[in-house]
Amino acid sequence: MSDFDFSVIAANWAFLAEGLRYTLQVTVTAMVGGILIGTLLALMRLGSITPLRWFAIGYVNVFRSVPLVQVILAFYLILPLVLQMITGKPTPIGAANSAYFTFTIFEAAYYSEIMRSGIQSIPKGQIAAGYALGFTYGQTMRHVVLPQAFRNMLPVLLTQTIILFQDISLVYAIGATDFFGAADKITQRDLRPVEMYTTVAVVYFIICFLLSRLVKRLQTRIAIIR
Amino acid sequence: MNYHWDWMFFFQETDDGLKYYDWILSGLGWTTAVSLASLAVALLLGSVLGVMRTTPRRWLVGLGDAYVDVFRNVPLIVQLFMWFFVVPELVPEKLGIWMKQDLPYIVTAVVGLGLYTAARIAEQVKAGINSLSRGQRNAGLALGFTEWQTYRYVRLPMAYRIVLPALTSEAMNIFKNSAVTYAVGILELYFQYKQIIEKTSQVLEITIVVTSCYFVLAFVMNRLLAFIEARTRVPGLIVGTKGDK
Repeated sequence: MSDFDFSVIAANWAFLAEGLRYTLQVTVTAMVGGILIGTLLALMRLGSITPLRWFAIGYVNVFRSVPLVQVILAFYLILPLVLQMITGKPTPIGAANSAYFTFTIFEAAYYSEIMRSGIQSIPKGQIAAGYALGFTYGQTMRHVVLPQAFRNMLPVLLTQTIILFQDISLVYAIGATDFFGAADKITQRDLRPVEMYTTVAVVYFIICFLLSRLVKRLQTRIAIIR
Repeated sequence: MNYHWDWMFFFQETDDGLKYYDWILSGLGWTTAVSLASLAVALLLGSVLGVMRTTPRRWLVGLGDAYVDVFRNVPLIVQLFMWFFVVPELVPEKLGIWMKQDLPYIVTAVVGLGLYTAARIAEQVKAGINSLSRGQRNAGLALGFTEWQTYRYVRLPMAYRIVLPALTSEAMNIFKNSAVTYAVGILELYFQYKQIIEKTSQVLEITIVVTSCYFVLAFVMNRLLAFIEARTRVPGLIVGTKGDK
């Protein structure tokens, strides 16, 4: 412990920060994309069109029972095959880019479950009231149900995002350089595992701890508004 | 698309004389072993922590809270790397060398995954105990039970039944999370998946098979706990889901 060498961290900080930036970029992309697709899936699942409902159920169940690492690797390998099928020429996309896609698709399944319980938490009477006022299905959803569902579920959506932020570290499986990947690569070169892994753990802890406290405060504030 | 489907490769011989499906079966075995062992660690420690956080003792609550905060806010893969590469350097030298040389990988992996999951189970157990009315504890104390006895005979039996659905999903999660232990050298299902892809490039077939394996594992775990839930239900006391979600 006494020979904990802070200069290793200082010397590599730029590389680590670059990794952290990538982690944040993937998190934000997957959060926005995931919530959008997730909401669509939730609407499909609660809607009255049977094939769409089955699709949504299948989608959510498949992605929720498979380990994320496996999905990351599978998409990384399969995506170029699919692209080649569409465009007709080989299109390598690289580990870093495929992660944006994978996390968006994967997290959509989880966000969809959250949005579904959010939509179901809105009293049926409100939907009936919307129809009675002459709103179409789309208008009822857009102006009445979804805004409330979204607000009620905001703390849960954000908690899921904190989990997502931690899960980005699994791009280790395809060798992309996220925050953890950066630390791991420095370790391979400099052989200072103690400093590097500890730094990653501490930084992750500080960020996630602060964010989860913020979510908790938000939760109490939203509870008052309701 | 010019992908070459070949389902028969599962029956081909590999370098070590086994067939590819043997690799998958062996991976399945390790996944199950790691998951169940970690689940045992997590249930035990998670229960202790969950109970600690509901006691009137401030320092026990603080300790339990701190544990949950730390273990929930660091990614699993980072935690595993800490146990494998950092902790042996921080403990006394003799112990560190023993951890690095003699301690089987699987033990460290199980401890790592178990401690990670324990934080989640502690949350559930705490929520279960807190959902009981205060009268239950008071009645227990009035009957002459000690604090511990109110847990043992009154509160925990109720709390576990209440949180069983939540524990079911943790039990299913642990099978998925066990895939991360490949990174520290456990030869479980995901490791074999990766290895078979490197050897054969039959990505689609193996992805379908391994995905189905995880699907089945999650399903079996779900049914098993639904069965336990049905068997332990106290008639008329808890009206909950049948665990069939």
